[in-house]
Order: sequence, then C-alpha cells, then structure tokens
Amino acid sequence: MPDPLGLNVRLGQSGPIPLAVDLACDTAELLALVGPSGSGKTTILRSIAGLYWPEEGQVSCGGTTWLDTSARLNVPPHRRRVGLVFQSYALFPHMTALGNVMAALVHRPKAEREEQARSLLSLVHLDGLEHRKPAALSGGQQQRVAVARALARDPAVLLLDEPFSAVDRRTRRHLQDELAALRASLRIPIVLVTHDLDEAAALADRLCVLDAGETLQTGCPADILAAPASARVRKVLDL
Amino acid sequence: MDWPALTLSLRLGALTVLILLPIGIVAGRWLAFRRFRGRALAEAALALPLVLPPTVLGYYLLVAFGGGLPLGQGWQALFGQPLVFSFAGLLFASVLANLPFAIQPMQRGFEAIPADVREAAAVSGFSPWRVLWTIDLPLAWPGIVTGLVLAFAHTLGEFGVVLMVGGAIPGETRTIAIAIYDRVQAFDMHAAGVMAALLLLLSLAALAVTYTLSNRVGRRA
Repeated sequence: MPDPLGLNVRLGQSGPIPLAVDLACDTAELLALVGPSGSGKTTILRSIAGLYWPEEGQVSCGGTTWLDTSARLNVPPHRRRVGLVFQSYALFPHMTALGNVMAALVHRPKAEREEQARSLLSLVHLDGLEHRKPAALSGGQQQRVAVARALARDPAVLLLDEPFSAVDRRTRRHLQDELAALRASLRIPIVLVTHDLDEAAALADRLCVLDAGETLQTGCPADILAAPASARVRKVLDL
Repeated sequence: MDWPALTLSLRLGALTVLILLPIGIVAGRWLAFRRFRGRALAEAALALPLVLPPTVLGYYLLVAFGGGLPLGQGWQALFGQPLVFSFAGLLFASVLANLPFAIQPMQRGFEAIPADVREAAAVSGFSPWRVLWTIDLPLAWPGIVTGLVLAFAHTLGEFGVVLMVGGAIPGETRTIAIAIYDRVQAFDMHAAGVMAALLLLLSLAALAVTYTLSNRVGRRA
C-alpha cells in the first residue's frame, strides 16, 4: 500500500533517454537509486524536480500531484516543494553561504529568514562560515551549504544527486555520518542517487536497482544482495 | 573642436545605449538559453552589421526610411516629418547598426552562467522573473556592461551609415566623425587632429573597460 504522503513516481519514455520507472519512497524513508552511469538515475531526479519532462508519467508527493501527463498537468520546478542537492552543488557564486540559504527562504516572513538560515547552517555544522562565498569554501563545506539550502525550501522530498562524489574519502565518511544523523530529524522521503553500492547499502532503507532507465528490483539492501531478482540485477550490481 | 558635433555624438551614443539595454538583455538571454528552429539564421542576421560595409547598411536604411516604404510612410504620418536626414532616423540607424555590438557580449555573459545554477534557483523556489533579477543579471553584468560600452564607442565612431541616412546637418545629424571628415576636407588639420585624438582616447578607454570586464566573466567569485 503506497504512502499517500510519500513520493510516487511512474515515468515512461522510448527515447532519447529510455525510461520505464516505477518507484515509491515513503515518508522518512531513504531510497537509494543505484545503477551504472547512464542508467537514468539523474534523469529520474530531474523529472521529480520538474527540470526534465518525460513523454509520459505521474509524479506525486506530500499528497500533491506535480506531474500527470495524461491530465496534461506539469507543475513548474519553482512550485514543486523539492529540495535538490546537485552533484556539483550549484551554489549561487555571487552570494555568501548565508545568502544562498536565505535565497531559498522567500516563503518565510522576511524578519525570520536570517535566523532560520543561520539555524540551518548550524544544523550542517557551518557556524562561523556564514559570510564566505562558495569559492572560499572547501568541497565538503559547499556540499553542506547545498544541503542547508535544499532544506530551507521546507521540501516535501529531499533529492540527493551523488552528493558525496566530489569530496575526498575522509570528508565523504564524515558527510555520510552527518546525513545518517540528519535523517532522524527529517519526516520526508529522501532519494539518494549513487553508483556506489556500499554507500547505498550503508545509508538506505531500500535500494532501487536501475539499468538503461528501467527499474529492475526494489527492496531492502540485505534482501537484494542476498537474492538478486535476475541475472541482469546481478550483472548491474557486479555481484 | 566642433562642440555641437561632439554633443550630438554623445547624445546619440547615450540614447542608442539606452534603447539597446533592454533589447540586448531580452535578445541575448533568449539566444543564450533557448534552442529554436532558425536560431542560426537569427544569429547570422543579427551579426550582419559586423561584416556589411556601412554604406550597404546605410543604403538599405535610406531606402526603408524613404516615402515609398511602410517604415518611412508610417513615420511621416505619425510625426509629420521624414525619418531620413533627421536625428530620429540617425538614432534608428544607430540602434540597428549596433545590435551585434550590444547583443553578442550580453549573450556570452548569460551563456557563462552554469545551467545547474539556474536550475538550482528554480528548485529553490525562484520564479522566472526572480531568476532574471537575482541570478541572471548579477552574474551576466560584465557582459551587459561590455555590450553597452562597445555600442557607445562604436556609435561615436560610426561614419558610413551616418553619412548615408543623416547627411551632415549641423546640430541635427553632423556627428563628430563626420565633423572630422569635413575639417580634413577644408584642410583644417589642427581641428581634425584634436577631434581625432579625443575619439582615439574614448575608444581606448572603452576597450580597456571591455577587456577588464571580459576577464571577470571567466573568474567569478
């Protein structure tokens, strides 16, 4: 029984990027999309955020439908309550860390924005760096600003696109621990895109295995690793 | 020094830039972010004034401004005076001749904004209007200023188009570039030299500003 307040995604497309996707992520659940490069992971995130328009599909989250091609409904990205952390972080280069987070708080009263942005930066352990611009922050710090900005939107779903790929191993371990801790305070579905199976298995409640834009198998990591549904899943996961 | 000619040139340059500012932002942004059929043709048409001899552009404008075509007729009907050999006609010609000088640097300025930064703005809840004001314009401003400076400097130096559509009516269409030519024709080399030196300095200053700003587009922090 799908969670009506969770994220439900069905996408179909024959080309140029073929898609045959059916996935769901419940409230407070962390779902990892795993698959090789070019398997459509990022396209799925972009479709959820409204940055990519598949030929057909339905996307709903938090009880609101964002995309329904059969009803010609397509809510633009700025009206979807999505928090997206880009692989490259995509911070606004001309704004400080505080400015980046405050920019995503326009739905809040003006007087509250700075305090809210400071508490979000504090949540991701960036106290004291509020007035630095992205160029003066390390990769790990930039990633944290990107997470704070994504949360500032008060999102109905948090989407993370390979958020640990651009940092060194030690920072990655730190950030992964922080994400695990942050999860406890979030009551929204979280979708993590990664090509690192160990990372997915360590962080996610469930895995969704993808290949060539198709969802092959979804389940808890231990079950999938113990019993891959097909030879294709075995091959994709290199088991 | 022909002060009325200098004043006229400065007024023409300022008004040209004022008109080209919104046109350049809209067209430059459109060309930077949209993919549409006929885009190459549109860009080619916009770049035409860069390669056409000014007399050719001036010739077509002169024909279009005349009483035989809708533009000239419409203007005459609206304002009761011809577009040709008038300041308004000169301004019109100046805007057209400067389209590529203004639009191309602005387009490059917008193109230099990473696509994911604009997408991040959208998913952060920015309306398209707010993306323009808080992301596109602050990040593309060196390109925008470069376009305006180039258009201004080019207007001051424009000769062929001005001569074709404006003639050399003192106070109406005689710009400083035309005045230099007139002075040389009258063997007044001193006056021509002073005005030429002024144009040289203005052009050098404009290009210095342009190169300084172009370096900024690459390394934004």
